[in-house]
Amino acid sequence: MEARNMADSVQLRVNGRLIAVPAGTVLAAAIAVAGVKQFRRSVSGQPRTPVCGMGVCMECCVTINGQSRQRSCQTLCEPGMEVQTDD
Amino acid sequence: MTSRIHKFEIVVVGAGPAGLAAACLAAENGQRVGVLDDTPWLGGQIWRGEQHKAAQPGAQQWIKRFRRSGATLLDQTSVIASLRPGELMAEHPSGARKIYFQKLILATGARELLLPFPGWTLPGVMAAGGLQSLAKHGWPVAGKKVVVVGTGPLLLAVADGLKKYGAQVVSTAEQAPLSRVAGFGLKLLAHPGKILQGIGIKSRLMGVPQRFGVWPVRAEGDDQVRSITLTDGRKTWTEECDLLACSFNLVPNVELPLTLNCELRDGFVRVDEWQAASAENIFCAGEPTGIGGADCALVEGQIAGLAAVGRKEQAKPLFAARSKWHQFRAAMLAAFALRPELRRLAADDTIFCRCEDVTFGRVKQFSTWRDMKLQTRCGMGACQGRTCGAAAQVVLGRAMESVRPPVLPARISSLMAISSD
Amino acid sequence: MNKSFDIIIVGAGIVGAACAAACARGGLKVLVVERGHIGGGVTAAGMGHIVVMDDSEAQFSLTHYSRTLWQELRPQLPDDVEFDPCGTLWVAADDEEMTEVRRKEKFYSERGVRVEVLDSKGVAKAEPNLRSGLAGGLRVLDDAVVYPPCAARFLIEQAQQHGAEFRGGVEVQSLLAEGGVQLRDGSRISAGHSVNAAGACSPALSPGLPVRKRKGHLVITDRHPGYVHHQIIELGYLKSAHSISKDSVAFNIQPRKTGQVLIGSSRQFDAEDAGVEQQILERMLHRAAEYLPSIGNLSATRVWTGHRPTTPDKLPLIGPSSGSDRIWLATGHEGLGITTSTGTGQMLADLLLGKTTAIPAAPYAPARLANGGAQHG
Repeated sequence: MEARNMADSVQLRVNGRLIAVPAGTVLAAAIAVAGVKQFRRSVSGQPRTPVCGMGVCMECCVTINGQSRQRSCQTLCEPGMEVQTDD
Repeated sequence: MTSRIHKFEIVVVGAGPAGLAAACLAAENGQRVGVLDDTPWLGGQIWRGEQHKAAQPGAQQWIKRFRRSGATLLDQTSVIASLRPGELMAEHPSGARKIYFQKLILATGARELLLPFPGWTLPGVMAAGGLQSLAKHGWPVAGKKVVVVGTGPLLLAVADGLKKYGAQVVSTAEQAPLSRVAGFGLKLLAHPGKILQGIGIKSRLMGVPQRFGVWPVRAEGDDQVRSITLTDGRKTWTEECDLLACSFNLVPNVELPLTLNCELRDGFVRVDEWQAASAENIFCAGEPTGIGGADCALVEGQIAGLAAVGRKEQAKPLFAARSKWHQFRAAMLAAFALRPELRRLAADDTIFCRCEDVTFGRVKQFSTWRDMKLQTRCGMGACQGRTCGAAAQVVLGRAMESVRPPVLPARISSLMAISSD
Repeated sequence: MNKSFDIIIVGAGIVGAACAAACARGGLKVLVVERGHIGGGVTAAGMGHIVVMDDSEAQFSLTHYSRTLWQELRPQLPDDVEFDPCGTLWVAADDEEMTEVRRKEKFYSERGVRVEVLDSKGVAKAEPNLRSGLAGGLRVLDDAVVYPPCAARFLIEQAQQHGAEFRGGVEVQSLLAEGGVQLRDGSRISAGHSVNAAGACSPALSPGLPVRKRKGHLVITDRHPGYVHHQIIELGYLKSAHSISKDSVAFNIQPRKTGQVLIGSSRQFDAEDAGVEQQILERMLHRAAEYLPSIGNLSATRVWTGHRPTTPDKLPLIGPSSGSDRIWLATGHEGLGITTSTGTGQMLADLLLGKTTAIPAAPYAPARLANGGAQHG
């Protein structure tokens, strides 16, 4: 996060809850900060959270602004984002 | 409004060290260059965060040079397919893109190899480099107990990085024996940059137990990982942790090169001295041609960029540096070769394919990757076999035989979007 | 070591697998040889739709009989075969296609197939993601969907339980007029009969066989459960599927039990290359979007192609070749191989065993076509 950005915060909604994070926060991190324990529910019902952190494993996929299966580890938080996990 | 169709003379895929170097050299020689990257930042995975917060002088220098080079960056633009010569289909959050090129430089980087062991699907078990990348971008690690397991120079770098962000690093476990790693340390003498990096790391990791010849057996927890059981082959013990960072070497991202009909050799893209791949007008640099690290990628990227614009004479002086890094690459490969015990970590009920929740007991019954895939759905999920396919190669010796489009999961609208004629 | 078999089946696609299961159940000593994997050829490329068709009486008869056999198998099918009795919904875009709905309704009802005519509202209720304003449709209740590679493996396992032997990674060079096969490595395996069940590759073993490859494209999505509930096919499909001269696309979509959605379809002759073609792909998806306007938001994980084995009269070749009564054929099932595999297998077994077939076998006899027997020897 750039120094000049530290003061800037971004507001977004995760599972309906409004949160604020510093600008430059990756969405996966914001979701973790919001206390979400499960990004994705696996095919057999296990809770999953990000693993590879680089857009490969797809465990961090969430619904962003209505578009499902988006990689939260490759996405920066933007003001007004609506995020839904499998929680 | 962003344009949906782009035409360049040279297109570079990947904005990590290899891609940036290639793009700089090509653009500085007057070519119209476009760089595509999956992410919203410059520098790829290894230099992630450098754009905002300088940590590595080398990275800064290249990022600045790139910004002056005249090359165009198309960030958050993922290549999904190339179904016609000279044409890439790509996806941006705002919609489909079509990108035309005369020459293509593939700098698609590498990913971490994740090996299945009991408990590896618990929340909190993460790829080491991935955890570090996320920590740079705000992933909460402060005060968390972290054990770092796996192999390679990345382990210490990650432990160091996580400590910097306030994590409590409990221990590191390097699977390679100390004797082999020490031999590698001697070879580092030929690479001063790496040594400095090594010393810097060491000072910060004072007091953190660094074990060698130790590897994970199983992770345990409830709604997340709570502990990791380790072994040195004689005794086993358990350490508590909130996060388990794992890294078992890197695997090259060769999916896009494969769909473009680039030949592989021993799992890497086969290139000639000019970094030219077997497919016409396609070059490849960095990790897809061999796991050599950022410095090696920079040299290869420069050669590829120069060769792609026909400045082969200018590229020749870089050959010596490249050979040096290739020696380093070979030494690293030998020092951190995976021990055979790591192939036997998964139990029959261990999930092998995380996307489809297919167990190791199911997949091991089938003798080829294709049969495994067709009969058990292993590799059919959203990661398209990137995780379990790489594991199957190491654990079962079963290689993925082909890659189908799209190279990444893509919106249907991106596959049907732009008809160019 | 050279055991003698009553019958060697070449090809472990769904058709070869069903032939093996039926022959082994009938008491024949069966060997199945396959150059690749079970269900790894065009079987893996297909949709897995179990559907009753009405192009001709013979096509109806075989598809209906086969569907009945699938339903009889259903209690034994393991979960991974993903049998899903989702039914087929033929959608009519306009009044002209509604006329076709009524014709189909009459045809099926007269022959004991359970169908329901839906009006515009009925279609919208059955499939809310379809665009509004469609004229109506016909629901065929007992049609179903299976996952073909596992269905083929199940049938091979059933054959094995009845004493059949399976050998994978074995490439056959030629079928011998005296029975048996010659392998690529030069060795021979003797048998009373051989069966060419090599699908799109069958002409390589039976030179001159009038089986042509017809290329198709398919797209599969990530899991989007509940997006569609039936296999949905546009009635315009018939027009395009019937055209044998030019490339065509049609809306044909399938819900998988996994929640994935399989999107088709395309048909091309003389397109040997297995590569995905951008233009066909785009046309096919645009066609799908005309019926399902929101389909663009789904996430695609794979696109692939396959080659359907097609005959001039759109009926498969089942029975002895005219060149040699030791060499039999079970090929040419075009896009209906998953459905008609069970009927084909049972018919072939009954013919080999000298039994009366449940439906008349003559319409599928290879001898009906000029080169149906091809040249063997």
